[in-house]
This record gives sequence, C-alpha cells and structure tokens, in this order.
Amino acid sequence: MEKGTFETKVGLAEMLKGGVIMDVTNADQAKIAEDAGAVAVMALERIPADIRQAGGVARMSDPAMIQEIQKAVSIPVMAKCRIGHFVEAQILQELKIDFIDESEVLTPADEVNHIDKHAFSAPFVCGCRNLGEALRRIGEGAAMIRTKGEPGTGNIVEAVRHMRQVMGEIRRLHSLPADELMAFAKELAAPYELIRKTAELGKLPVPNFAAGGIATPADAALMMQLGAESVFVGSGIFRSQDPARRAKAIVEAVTHYHDPRILLEVSIGLGEAMPGLEIKDIPQEDQMQYRGW
Amino acid sequence: MAKRIGILALQGDFARHAAMLRMLGVEAVEIRGCEQLDDCDGLILPGGESTTLAKLMDKYRFYEPLRQFARRRPLMGTCAGAILAAAEVDDPRVKPLALIDISVQRNAYGRQVDSFITEVAAPCLGQPPFFRAIFIRAPRIIGCGPETEILISFQNQPVMVRQGNILVLTFHPELTADPRIHHFFLGMTEKREQPSLAGR
Repeated sequence: MEKGTFETKVGLAEMLKGGVIMDVTNADQAKIAEDAGAVAVMALERIPADIRQAGGVARMSDPAMIQEIQKAVSIPVMAKCRIGHFVEAQILQELKIDFIDESEVLTPADEVNHIDKHAFSAPFVCGCRNLGEALRRIGEGAAMIRTKGEPGTGNIVEAVRHMRQVMGEIRRLHSLPADELMAFAKELAAPYELIRKTAELGKLPVPNFAAGGIATPADAALMMQLGAESVFVGSGIFRSQDPARRAKAIVEAVTHYHDPRILLEVSIGLGEAMPGLEIKDIPQEDQMQYRGW
Repeated sequence: MAKRIGILALQGDFARHAAMLRMLGVEAVEIRGCEQLDDCDGLILPGGESTTLAKLMDKYRFYEPLRQFARRRPLMGTCAGAILAAAEVDDPRVKPLALIDISVQRNAYGRQVDSFITEVAAPCLGQPPFFRAIFIRAPRIIGCGPETEILISFQNQPVMVRQGNILVLTFHPELTADPRIHHFFLGMTEKREQPSLAGR
C-alpha cells in the first residue's frame, strides 16, 4: 500500500478544484466557511491584512488553535509554515494537517532554501510569481501551486499579473520545438524535466490555483477565467461586512465563473468589501510577494 | 452517434472524468445547470468535497432532476459522488440523493496523510483481475441493502457497488490511466433500463 506519495498528494489537490479555500482564525469562522461551501479552510491566527498591519515576525499558528478548527469542520484543514522552516512543517504534519502552505505571508526562516517537500507525507502548496518559480517549487515536491498576488491588500492586480505571467509562459513553452526547451529551462532557472513535462501537457503538472488579493465574486471569477483552477480567499471574507453572504457568493462565482448572469446575481447587495490597499503605497521591502524565489 | 455523458461540474475533479471519457471516444459534457441533463445518456457525480457539492446542488435545485435522471439512465458516483448517491450518510452536513441502498461514512480512513493507493481484486473488470485504486480522504460503505451487488471489495468491505442503473465507488479511477471502470459504466448505458432505489 502506498501512502504519502506524490500521486496521493496531487490527488487531494485535484479534489479541491473548482472550489474556494478560505482563511479562518477560529472554529466559528471555520464553520461559517464550511457552511458557505468552502472546499477547505486555511487555519491561521491572523489573516494577512492583520499580519501586514501588526508587523514583526509572523510564525506558524498555535497548534491548539489549529486543532480546534480541525474538530469543528469535516472539510480539509490547511495551515501555513514559514518559507524554509521545515520543523514548523514537521509539526504541522504531526498534527495531520491536510495541506501545508509554505507561505510568504509568514516571515521567511531561510532566505536561500525552501523546504524539501518530497521528505514529507503531507502535501504542500507554494506560491509563485512566474513559471520558473512554480516549477522550482514543484521540483522540491509541491503538489499544488498558487499565485502569490499581494496578500492582505484586497487588491487583485498582483494576482492577475502573476497568473498572466505563468499562463503566458506556459503558452510560449507549449509552442517551442524540443531543441529550444533546454535554453528555456536555463532562462527560467527551472528543472529541465518539468519544463519538458509542462511543454507536453500545455499546463502545470500540478493544479494551479489563485491567491493574493481576491475580495469579490468578480475577482474570483476573473482569476478562474484567466486559468486558475480554484481560489484562495484570505482576508477578503472575514474582513468584509457580511462574511457568510460574501463567502457563499464567492463559492457560486467560482462554480459559474463563465456565466455573467449568475455572477451578476451573486454580486448584488453584498455589503462593504474589505478595505483595499494600493500596491504602490507599500514599500517594496514590505511586499510579501518578494519573499522566496 | 457518439454517446454523450454528463459530468456534474459544480466542484471537484470533473475535468479528469471528462478527459477519461474523451479518451474512450465519448462526448463529455460539464453540467452546471439541470436543464443540461436531458441530452445525456449517463451521468457522473465526480470526486470533490461532498459538503460543497451538496450545498451547490441544493442552491441550483439539482436534487429532484438528478433523482428523475437516475430513474431512467445510468449514473456513476466516485468518492464524494458515492456519498451523494447513497441512501444514508453518517454526517448531517451532507444531504444525500438516496439513489442506491447503501450507507456511507465520510472520511472513514482518516485525514489526507492516511490517503492511500492499493491494488484491489476486480474480477468484474476482466484482465488483469485487479485495479490500482486511489483512495483520497475516502468514505467507507458501511451498509448495503439486499438488492445491491458488491463488485469490488477491499479489506472485506465493499468499495464498488451496483444497484440497477446506479454504480458507486469510493476510490478514483479518473486519476489513473486505466479506463476499465469508465468502460464498465459505459456498458451500463447500453443495457435495458432497470429500476433503481429512486424508481420505487
């Protein structure tokens, strides 16, 4: 019997497609998310908008808080560890977390190396800004890729940039003759075998989700139309005026992302969205997307 | 004329089922509204999160149309799809369709780290007489009515069961490259219509 293999890890990522993964900070929020139709919840002590405001070092959440959320819901529970902090990841695996997010939202523990994710039986999701970064993370064992966007801003512009970048590079790669693949691998600093596989498939070899700045049903559907297979919503739900209603609306927008009639219907009267931030007002050294490589 | 199989595409790995069907030369249609059901010769309820699927099925009024569909034409449920097709689920968060006389327990093998792949004996599929079964946070069939037929078992428990037009399995043939279970289901679309639990 095989357990904790790459195939079982990607298997769960496949099941999460066409869904919404919501950030929650306690059991009550987790239940609201599950009730709204979330496919999974991300358990963390503070949502990215609050992490951004608080400053200082952001670390893995208290396991007690994660356990409470695991008890409250039946859907998969994800949690974040710092980039390169493989001991936080070991602890999360021991907690039987369903997906570990090696996340730029937390303060990196290693500025050179990411975690060797092949060494774990729990699956990992990692953020990326371009195809090279996505394939480096898959090379390290990530079973799901998401855009980084700019977390906690409620501003979709960076997630759009990253998704267009990844999809554009995949389209270019897909059209290249075999003898140009190595040069492309060199240009992207990506593993050659994964470049070949991506060229052959015309898509990433693992599910490709969107994250970072999604605040409305329209944002979620925009990312889906650009090629995302699911969306993560961080601060966008529980920072808004009516989280339960907005959560349901975003779930429906992801299912019916190609149907403007339904998108209109679910967008009506949701109350205030989370307050948004202009990216240019955030100094580059404070932007989370530049953490990791 | 090529067969046309619908796949409920509200959430989950419907695209993997579609790819498998297209490989078998069958037209695969993603179903997001119940009016699309009419043109289908069969239907697949895919894997995904059963709580999410149940909520979207409720919101977009799929329950009655799916029951009516299953009275006339074959339906296959894999993993979450098997939970939804069952008569009983151990969790009140999921309202099943009651298409087949089985009771199921959600996430019965544990969390994701307990997901597994194993070869199961599958004499109903011909040669080779086994199938590489991928179980992802899988449910367990904990009870089967007298009119059900157990086709595949694992550890003495049923993992693939048929009753009339309805076929359910707790693992994911769509994640493998082995099309035999989809082929088996397509065979059911050729047979005479049989009553299912929903037909009584």
